[in-house]
Amino acid sequence: MTAHVLGDTRVLTGRSLTHILRSPDTIITTAVTPIALMLLFVYVLGGAISTGSDESYINYMLPGILLITIASGVAYTSYRLFLDLQGGIFERFQSMPIARSSVLWAHVLTSLVANLVSVAIVVGVALLMGFRTGASVGAWLGVAGMLVLFTLALTWLAVVAGLSAKTVDGASAFSYPLIFLPFISSAFVPTETMPGPVAWFAENQPVTSIVDTMRALFAGEPVGGDIWVALAWLVGILVVAYVWSVAIYRRKFS
Amino acid sequence: MTSDTAVRVRGVEKSFGDLRVLRGVDFEVEAGSIFALLGSNGAGKTTLVRILATLTKADAGSASVHGFDVAAQAGDVRESISLTGQFAAVDEVLTGRENLVLVAKLRHLGDPGAVADDLLARFSLTEAGGRRAATYSGGMRRRLDIAMSLIGDPPVIFLDEPTTGLDPQARIDVWQTVKRLAEGGTTVLLTTQYLDEAEQLADRIAILHEGTIIQNGTLDELKRLLPAAKVEYVEKQPTLEEVFLALVGATGETAGAETDASGGAGPDAPGTAGTAASAQNRRELR
Repeated sequence: MTAHVLGDTRVLTGRSLTHILRSPDTIITTAVTPIALMLLFVYVLGGAISTGSDESYINYMLPGILLITIASGVAYTSYRLFLDLQGGIFERFQSMPIARSSVLWAHVLTSLVANLVSVAIVVGVALLMGFRTGASVGAWLGVAGMLVLFTLALTWLAVVAGLSAKTVDGASAFSYPLIFLPFISSAFVPTETMPGPVAWFAENQPVTSIVDTMRALFAGEPVGGDIWVALAWLVGILVVAYVWSVAIYRRKFS
Repeated sequence: MTSDTAVRVRGVEKSFGDLRVLRGVDFEVEAGSIFALLGSNGAGKTTLVRILATLTKADAGSASVHGFDVAAQAGDVRESISLTGQFAAVDEVLTGRENLVLVAKLRHLGDPGAVADDLLARFSLTEAGGRRAATYSGGMRRRLDIAMSLIGDPPVIFLDEPTTGLDPQARIDVWQTVKRLAEGGTTVLLTTQYLDEAEQLADRIAILHEGTIIQNGTLDELKRLLPAAKVEYVEKQPTLEEVFLALVGATGETAGAETDASGGAGPDAPGTAGTAASAQNRRELR
């Protein structure tokens, strides 16, 4: 049966990608909020924000905006997973001789594709708004790698939410705090401007290290120790969320 | 187990918290037969089917399907079965044809497209094949659902309340499909709460009540449990179902009846018509 894991995952990923192609609004709505935030921060608030660097404000805030894009995009994964569970098609798959892990991996890979498309749209708009980077190919790959890891980590959290939700609203509600997290980080304003306890939280939560790393990569500066903190957070969340999902899945379906 | 026993259930128990849904269920299904599990809502039929389809584990007892133990050899059981659930499990976003191709690919068949086209034709869905399943009527969805179950020719098929919520015509279509399946050698275990469905289809009928099988036999055997038939003369009234089917008919022509009715009502222009009785008179005169 394991011989079919890759083939089955490919077929099931094709299925959920078809779902997205038939409702492209899910990609558009994922991109719209971050773009609106970007417009708001650059053209309304940005003029009053001092980042303490010579970078243009859009260069400063784009990494945070990309994380918000992904945090709102993964909600669709729990939504689609929940609908599969409700609709009975999940049971049909479970009663068939398909590799068990394929069903979840298909949703995760679909999330990856959909979120990278949304991210590409947001980056495109940012370029129109004046975002510029001298990042090398290697630095771009570094940024892409961080975004892929971030998407995977959050998507497995979305799988936990989708598998354990009782209602459609519950399935996607988990993403609201994730969307909010970048606001209490270095994504939009330097953490030094925040009052003590808030600054402490901002400096020690995962988003700040991820944002700082991506910002340095875009600026072509050395990333320093931030990248290791960021990678530790990302891999840690990914492993915990994955193990958690698989545990829920086993408890519920085998 | 003998080679011609397709499903064997021994002392299966299952509880959900304090609720003892199955309290020691025993039965066997002969290969190539249609076996009906009859019971009211909440009798545990679906739970039993879910155990046989490897979706739930029994608390006690054993069950085997096509010679494989459902707990220890779940993978082999899944190769041998197909499940059609109570709520038609089709992918609404995909078209009917795409649903069939999807299942054919997941069953690792050679030419998924050809398999799909063949089944669309067999289930009179060729024209609808390119439409999203969300646009299908209840009967079409159920036909698609059953067609999906047949892909890969599994030797044992579980149909969980296959006709619940269907109109009489769609119900008869499903019955004919089930009969053809059994003629082709497939073992069919179906659950139903409709007595006539079990009577129409099943070679053997088991009645599941309060978590156990209280009777198991052929229709004739079950009928003999009650006092011998008396001869009574009763006026034969057509059932509403017979009336409905006669009106809708094999040809599906209801147009004639409708024209007739409106033709009668037509001359009833306001002012000229007196009572309903006079309208009735005029219709008879013409």
